[in-house]
Amino acid sequence: MIDLSTTYHGLNLKNPLVVSASPLAEELRNLRRMEDSGAAAIVLPSLFEEQINVESSELNLFLQQGTESFAESLTYFPDMTGYNLGPDGYCEHVRRAKAAVGIPIIGSLNGSSIGGWIQYARKIQEAGADALELNIYYIPTSTELTGEEVEKLYCDLVSEVKSSLHIPVAVKISAYFSSLPNMAKRLDQAGADALVLFNRFYQPDFDLENLEVVPNLLLSTSHELLLRLNWVAILFGHVKADLAITGGVHTAADVLKAMMAGARVVAMASALLRNGIGHLATLRKDMLAWMEEHEYESIRQMQGSMSQRAVADPAAFQRANYVRVLSSYSMKGVPL
Amino acid sequence: MPAQGKLREESRSGAKFENNHLFISEPNGAMLMTRSKVTIDGNEAAAYAAFRVNEVIAIYPITPSSPMGEWADQWSAESKPNLWGTIPRVVEMQSEGGAAGALHGALQAGSLATTFTASQGLLLMIPNMYKIAGELTPTVFHVSARTLATHALSIFGDHSDVMATRQTGFALIASNSVQEVMDFALLAQAATLRARVPFLHFFDGFRTSHEVAKVEELTNEDMLAMIDEELVQAHRKRALSPDHPFIRGTAQNPDVFFQERETVNPFYEACPAIVQEEMDKFARLVGRAYHLFDYVGAPDAERVVILMGSGAEAAQETVEHLTARGEKVGVLKVRLYRPFSIEHFVNSLPATVKTLATLDRTKEPGSPGEPLYVDVATAVSEGIATGKTPFKTYPRIIGGRYGLSSKEFTPAMVKAVFDEMLKEKPRNHFTVGIEDDVSHTSLEYDPAFSTEDPKTVRAMFYGLGADGTVGANKNSIKIIGEDTDNYAQGYFVYDSKKSGAVTISHLRFGPKPIHSTYLISKANFVACHQFSFLERLDMLKAAQPGATFLLNSPFGPEEVWDNLPRTTQEEIIKKKLRFFVIDAVKVARDAGMGGRINTVMQTCFFAISGILPRDEAIQAIKHAIEKTYGKRGEAIVQKNFAAVDHAVNHLHEVKVPDRVSSAFDLRRAVPEEAPEFVQKVLAKIIAGEGDDLPVSAMPIDGTFPSATAQWEKRNIALDIPVWDEEICIQCGKCILVCPHAVVRAKIYDPALLKNAPPTFKSSAARWKEFKELKYTLQVAPEDCTGCTLCVQVCPVKSKSEVKHKAINMAPQPPLREAERDNWNFFLRLPEADRRTLSLGQVKDVQLLQPLFEFSGACAGCGETPYVKLMSQLFGDRALIANATGCSSIYGGNLPTTPYAQNPDGRGPAWTNSLFEDNAEFGMGLRLALDKQTEYARELLTRLSSNLEDELVKSILSADQTTESGIQQQRERVRALHAKLAGMKTPEARDLASLADALVRKSVWIVGGDGWAYDIGYGGLDHVLASGRNVNVLVLDTEVYSNTGGQMSKATPRGAVAKFAAGGKPRPKKDLGLMAMSYGNVYVAAVAMGSSDMHTLKAFLEAEAYDGPSLLIAYSHCIAHGYDLVHGLDQQKAAVLSGYWPLYRYNPDLARLGKNPFQLDSKPPALPLEKYIYNETRYTMLTLSDPQAAKLLLQFAEEDVRNRWRVYQNMAAMPMNGAAKEAK
Repeated sequence: MIDLSTTYHGLNLKNPLVVSASPLAEELRNLRRMEDSGAAAIVLPSLFEEQINVESSELNLFLQQGTESFAESLTYFPDMTGYNLGPDGYCEHVRRAKAAVGIPIIGSLNGSSIGGWIQYARKIQEAGADALELNIYYIPTSTELTGEEVEKLYCDLVSEVKSSLHIPVAVKISAYFSSLPNMAKRLDQAGADALVLFNRFYQPDFDLENLEVVPNLLLSTSHELLLRLNWVAILFGHVKADLAITGGVHTAADVLKAMMAGARVVAMASALLRNGIGHLATLRKDMLAWMEEHEYESIRQMQGSMSQRAVADPAAFQRANYVRVLSSYSMKGVPL
Repeated sequence: MPAQGKLREESRSGAKFENNHLFISEPNGAMLMTRSKVTIDGNEAAAYAAFRVNEVIAIYPITPSSPMGEWADQWSAESKPNLWGTIPRVVEMQSEGGAAGALHGALQAGSLATTFTASQGLLLMIPNMYKIAGELTPTVFHVSARTLATHALSIFGDHSDVMATRQTGFALIASNSVQEVMDFALLAQAATLRARVPFLHFFDGFRTSHEVAKVEELTNEDMLAMIDEELVQAHRKRALSPDHPFIRGTAQNPDVFFQERETVNPFYEACPAIVQEEMDKFARLVGRAYHLFDYVGAPDAERVVILMGSGAEAAQETVEHLTARGEKVGVLKVRLYRPFSIEHFVNSLPATVKTLATLDRTKEPGSPGEPLYVDVATAVSEGIATGKTPFKTYPRIIGGRYGLSSKEFTPAMVKAVFDEMLKEKPRNHFTVGIEDDVSHTSLEYDPAFSTEDPKTVRAMFYGLGADGTVGANKNSIKIIGEDTDNYAQGYFVYDSKKSGAVTISHLRFGPKPIHSTYLISKANFVACHQFSFLERLDMLKAAQPGATFLLNSPFGPEEVWDNLPRTTQEEIIKKKLRFFVIDAVKVARDAGMGGRINTVMQTCFFAISGILPRDEAIQAIKHAIEKTYGKRGEAIVQKNFAAVDHAVNHLHEVKVPDRVSSAFDLRRAVPEEAPEFVQKVLAKIIAGEGDDLPVSAMPIDGTFPSATAQWEKRNIALDIPVWDEEICIQCGKCILVCPHAVVRAKIYDPALLKNAPPTFKSSAARWKEFKELKYTLQVAPEDCTGCTLCVQVCPVKSKSEVKHKAINMAPQPPLREAERDNWNFFLRLPEADRRTLSLGQVKDVQLLQPLFEFSGACAGCGETPYVKLMSQLFGDRALIANATGCSSIYGGNLPTTPYAQNPDGRGPAWTNSLFEDNAEFGMGLRLALDKQTEYARELLTRLSSNLEDELVKSILSADQTTESGIQQQRERVRALHAKLAGMKTPEARDLASLADALVRKSVWIVGGDGWAYDIGYGGLDHVLASGRNVNVLVLDTEVYSNTGGQMSKATPRGAVAKFAAGGKPRPKKDLGLMAMSYGNVYVAAVAMGSSDMHTLKAFLEAEAYDGPSLLIAYSHCIAHGYDLVHGLDQQKAAVLSGYWPLYRYNPDLARLGKNPFQLDSKPPALPLEKYIYNETRYTMLTLSDPQAAKLLLQFAEEDVRNRWRVYQNMAAMPMNGAAKEAK
């Protein structure tokens, strides 16, 4: 019997297949289907810090708009007794999710400032989440802001949240740090129980006909996995925090590679959006087949087996390899 | 009446000049302690009591009573129970007539039922009121008394509506203050159950309905003690029921009707005593003693004024002031006006009285006197005749009118009445408060006479509607009322315009009860919340010497002085004012509050005025912020807190120089070149001096000149659009969408540019046929509201910087002068020749002069672009009947009005009848025109032998379907006039007076959805069915916009509106489909933001169609809850989602054998939620009740699919039934 179980920031999981934050997890019936298809844990869609503030500001703005100006219409809307603003609706979803499935439910917070996070994080914990994923998503646009300041912001945020929660905290970060290993270590020291590599930045597109900047979100491809494999393999063994890979995991082979690089789990969204929730079962089946064929006993056995420190040629992850790759590129078939 | 006598003695012998309601003759002080003090307005006070003692509430919105219904609806939605633990059911009807009918039914079926209304709304209830009274049915109507429309509509307060019901058999009871409103709402309910006479409880619209005051809240125990359970059971027992059947409402004949009509007499005889007994019971219970007639004043008074309503409080204040000086005067407050108890009345007056003056807040032209005067005269005469009066001599009685339409009624005016009474021959049938230089009825008064208590603090705040000043002041009054021992009063004066509206808050507070039911004219605190007001308003006129002046200023304490107008500087020096400045805009912006400076200014007010210790004040403000904004999210609360915290640090006292240095002064209200009437009359109203206009200045019949809005330069836009002639493609879209007609274009001969101002822009006209001409797009800099719709709609983007369009916003002040010159030059350029333009093109139509300009509509209004388009196309020959609502307010509210005239002096003739009858009213216009045309043609034929044959023939057979056809006909009619001028026969004179009817006219019936879908639907339906050639334009905002967003039958499913707080559960009525069912009505649904070409086409077709036309125009509105800058995008989304399909139904096509129905938009391509969830009216439900929102969204999606299916099928039909028949 092959053992697929793994642990992830203190949670015992039946396999390394975690469902990443996506709109799929907004529906309870989908959560049940995920569990039935073999998901080991589910990260709920993110509660966006901005969304809370924007919702609240807009509601206030538009309830106020035009009021107390004209004698016949001093207001334009009934003033309700209460609004389901902020994290309340989200927490309700956490509670329902917990009641709906038996697998761990991981809450997710997306934002960039300390602000209301502590409060929201606590509420998600109180609602019953088994862990919390912080998706720190900060896009510096000021030319005055130094990398050091941005990094400090990340670390402060993690330590603030961590010190006020008792459930595990995973931190989802981007690859765009000057020294990712150092950053990882500092997040480790700030208390992160896991690092999730990497979030995918929203990159707006241009509409040439209307000369407008338009939102654009593409699903990931397996190709994106390579960047993650590279960094997980480098970090494995150097940080206490568990490592997770998200972005570019689509096939059983992708999962196995992630494990071998050193990840404890993979988190998937695009693969399920593209292939449906049932894809989880296929992955699980394919993994088992491969492991059986290659006589692996457990997932744990392979975790980190191809990390930098475990491979014969550590330079494969370094610059020397890059030079080799470039020079080995075949020019055959390139139209010149 | 022993109880009454005892209380009277107490109130006379006690501190007679103290307030005799709140603090004297309290039998049980301990009980008082258990009641909480609340700071609320009159409407809330009435609704509070009415809600608790009723089970069914039928309402319809009408100013100023709407908030009563809204409170009831909100409490019902919040599951607040009434006195018996059940939640009253609140239902909005289609009109007040409907509300009264529903109420009558509810009462007949044994419920305790009530309604709230005012003015014309009350008139619509009169037929049912006779029935309810005739059937001796207990109920109380709560009425915020409002002026009836006569020569003009007025939303303000007087007793003309209430007086029109005094013959219905309802008891009429008046309350004079917010406290009394609550008390009497309960008292009336208690009395009606006992007396079986229905009651109308009224209080003055706005003055009391909207005054915020500190009152003692009645408890459930109070109410239970007052409402007799047995009487409630008895009411139910009298109800209709098949379990013990009877019939009520028979038809009777001459033999018995009269006798039965007289059976009610004993009930009316008993009623006054019952009311007094209930008042006495209330006094024992609560401590406030009331009487049918309450006398205040010298026990040996010789002169007494008699009145009812809020004015009685000002009179009391005056009497107290005068009696303290030893004058023998008094005031009698009439509480129970019907049934009028002569006995109680005469016995309420001191025996010493020599002269009585009645004051009526209504006018009955042609009567021997106003109602109260006639009643008092009758009562005194009958009392004396029957020997029942205590009078030593027959008192002299005079009567007068005051306070129509909330005209100020001050102690100075009361004193004038007392002074008149001293005269040997006092004037009778006088007026007070105006200068009547026509009939010379008015009493002179000394405006300087004041009875204000020196201990009362009087503060005035000048704010902009959008800056939150009024809201903050309402909070301040609550804080002062509830956190201190002070009495507190707040009254708020609003603008007649909806964009850039100025608000003036009047706050009084102090240790003594406040009876000052009039505006502050001597303030010891004045705050100006907008620096730009200084050049428009002389706000320090009301500041008394030594007062404090707080100014929100972009200039600091060192620089501000030289930026003040001369008048302001003079007043600060002369009156030795303390002067403070704060840059509230900066503080608010830094705190993330945008333009909302309310909390900053509120904090400064508390900091300077010292009403509370500073820390306590800040705590109280923060507490109020939490209470107001807490439920809207922590972020909002924190921003407000930050504003409070930073305010005090940025507040500076200005060291006032001792001399005037300013080089400028207040701006003129209108430019010098404005016509005489505008200069003499409208300019005064604009300047806030309308009260000073004498009777002779006013038109006698409600007729005002049109085209006056152009003279009121409001300068309210911070940024205005600036044209980039280099990249503009001259498409005209910006002109089309401009709600205020401030963006215009002309094409003209380049030679005309010779004397153009230096910065006047032009470019080559981009028309094949006008290649030689120049084109200019010009903005009216002082009329723009800064809404930015023009920029939003501009399709052009610069190739090097995409945010730069062909029209862009830039700060107004630096541009103001140059652009003013450019605008004036532009206006002098010739208007386009309508005959040369292709009117099927938006681009060409936007060269036509708009004959609707600079209205007071909201910035970004979605209705006015349609009205403006109509005025461009047909305005020079249009008669407009306008239903009451937003479009009649921005269309016809003084001081200045937007319907304009072309250079020939032609323009829309605009009129407003009522809310409910607009379709019929417009049809009347058409009937008259048709008859006049017919008669003119008959006369023309009759006179043809005396006229040129060719002329007559060409007039009679003229084709007037085109612009040139119409213009040619105008030429012919001009020639006809010339001929007729030389003829002396009666027929020729007759024809001369009617000849203009030979030129085609266009009748437009304009109104909102409240009118078309609800109150006016019956009439609209009839007019559409009539086949008459009228054009109906429904400006569909999907709510009652003008009265503040109440649900109409046009409100879509799932949207939140007042009376649909839980989201409207049922779908929007398909008015278009209903009209199409007639087969002979042209119907189109348009949305300018989706397709301007389609809108234009529909307008042209509707007008061309010789029969009734109905245009339903999607109008984005402030009541939808989003930034109106996106209004056009929302219109687009509405169409894309399939929510608002564009279509045209043209019966002319059916006559040609074609399908009359054309579906002009594509199948739904945008999920409905992508459209609706841009708007707060929908999103707020997702926040307040997510489950309901989800369900209603599903239903709404189903509505869209169903509707589309129906329309698709209709469009697919090869032809309609009519065509088949023809075959």
